[in-house]
Amino acid sequence: MDLEKKFSHIKGWGVDADPDNEPTYPMKKYTGDDHQRLNWDRPVQQTLTAEVLHSNERPEVSAVFGTTCPPSGWSGKIRRYAFKHSESSYLHWLPLLLADRVNVVEGIADDLRKGHIPNIFAEKGWKAEWKYNRTGLIKKVTVAALVTTAAVLITKKLTAKKR
Amino acid sequence: MLAMNYRGPFRVRAEQKPEPEIEHPEDAIVRVLRSCICGSDLHLYHGLVPDTRVGSTFGHEFIGIVEAVGPGVQKLKVGDKVLVPFNIACGKCAFCKQELYGNCHESNPEATAVGGIFGYSHTAGGFDGGQAEYVRVPYADVGPLVIPEDMHPDDAVLLTDVVPTGYQAAEMGGIKKGDTVVVFGAGPVGIMAAKCAWLFGAGRVIVIDHIEYRLDFVRNYAQCEAYNFRSMTDPVVFLKKITDWFGADVCIDAVGSDAAGNAMQTITGRKMMLQAGSATALHWAINSVKKGGIVSIVGVYGPTDNLVPIGNVVNKGITIRANQASVKRLLPRLIEHVRSGYIDPKAIVSHRIPLEEVADAYHIFSAKLDNCIKPILIPPSARQ
Repeated sequence: MDLEKKFSHIKGWGVDADPDNEPTYPMKKYTGDDHQRLNWDRPVQQTLTAEVLHSNERPEVSAVFGTTCPPSGWSGKIRRYAFKHSESSYLHWLPLLLADRVNVVEGIADDLRKGHIPNIFAEKGWKAEWKYNRTGLIKKVTVAALVTTAAVLITKKLTAKKR
Repeated sequence: MLAMNYRGPFRVRAEQKPEPEIEHPEDAIVRVLRSCICGSDLHLYHGLVPDTRVGSTFGHEFIGIVEAVGPGVQKLKVGDKVLVPFNIACGKCAFCKQELYGNCHESNPEATAVGGIFGYSHTAGGFDGGQAEYVRVPYADVGPLVIPEDMHPDDAVLLTDVVPTGYQAAEMGGIKKGDTVVVFGAGPVGIMAAKCAWLFGAGRVIVIDHIEYRLDFVRNYAQCEAYNFRSMTDPVVFLKKITDWFGADVCIDAVGSDAAGNAMQTITGRKMMLQAGSATALHWAINSVKKGGIVSIVGVYGPTDNLVPIGNVVNKGITIRANQASVKRLLPRLIEHVRSGYIDPKAIVSHRIPLEEVADAYHIFSAKLDNCIKPILIPPSARQ
């Protein structure tokens, strides 16, 4: 059957069909520059104004980079350790994940230090949950309350038994 | 300025922070008119991407007006209304010269495996993103494109990532006329991949997901078949059966690390983080494609490891093609397609939310509340 006729109801059907679309083209338009390795005409180097960690799989920082949230505190120490290991190593990625979690605690401490008590419920978007999934939210809160009550009662009972 | 501020997994807020400055001669500062939350932002929001630092601003899909340019910027000028591809690309390295703009080697010091991306953790360069009033845009003469006068801003903002990523997913599939294409995931990228598969001459397009309202949407938007994997015992057997027990010619993974559908993958990938997210969609793609077929991956995974049936890749002779979309390369063609009416990006926008309510926006998108397909954030300065 004539495919163009069959799919005439789909606007643009087949306009980009290309029998030459074999693996690599047009994803990669090979130029031969690969053999020059890193010796291209580099962009101007951005000045380092903050600590920027760089992968040990490259000789130096890239010409531009982000300067937001430089490593700091305990999470920063963990990140610096992580960057001693290559992107191929668990010792790179797992410490980074750990640093991210430590950083969350540091973030809360930082908020408190600045006199700001983070509104965790607002940050988690519970206003939207209340608006669009009220039953689900009530269920979640009820289950949490029941589990907490049960845990408190069991702990109390165990403590009383010990006495 | 007001900006989205990441505080930890599932916790974000809108907060004042200093405006960005020119830090490199080829920088521009762009005042954001609108920015999207991308499905891949949810991987950051869920804490799955290593080196996502507290205080970061996400957002790699945005358009805006150029407010300032560095002394090395030749083409862009103050006042230009631009769409900014999500990849930060120098245009000079060996990879950019091959139009692999998603693999630039001069925009990310922290990792060699990925080029710089706006607002996508320090693993992608440590740049702040566009879910803010202002954003620093490096290599301003390379990536940003002046938005054509006749283009709707919602179309423009979706051309920064969603449309090119969906299109490249189909392109990488090497689709031949009449091919059966299966797309895993009915999120914005999956929807776009399904739509674009027809442009390459697909003979049948099938989408697999488990969110009913999204399946309904993609069925209408992309004129394709759409099935809920919750309603079948085994999606791989189902797909084999409906392709005459042969398998699909092309399978596209448009889900990535947040995939549902396999308890073992979910527990080890998303809950315990023993692998770089859950690779359920990729697993199904490899097992559903025909022998000698192509699996195209645009779903985002973390940089560690994933459990996938690599033995089946070998035994079936599958070609795997994957990359971050090369937005700059694809834009001219995609602008033509939008003008011709072949793709209608703005039709997928379901929510327009003030930047001040960014926490609610993330939760709505993440929890798939209110039939959310694609949320757009509007900064206060863009609403005046």
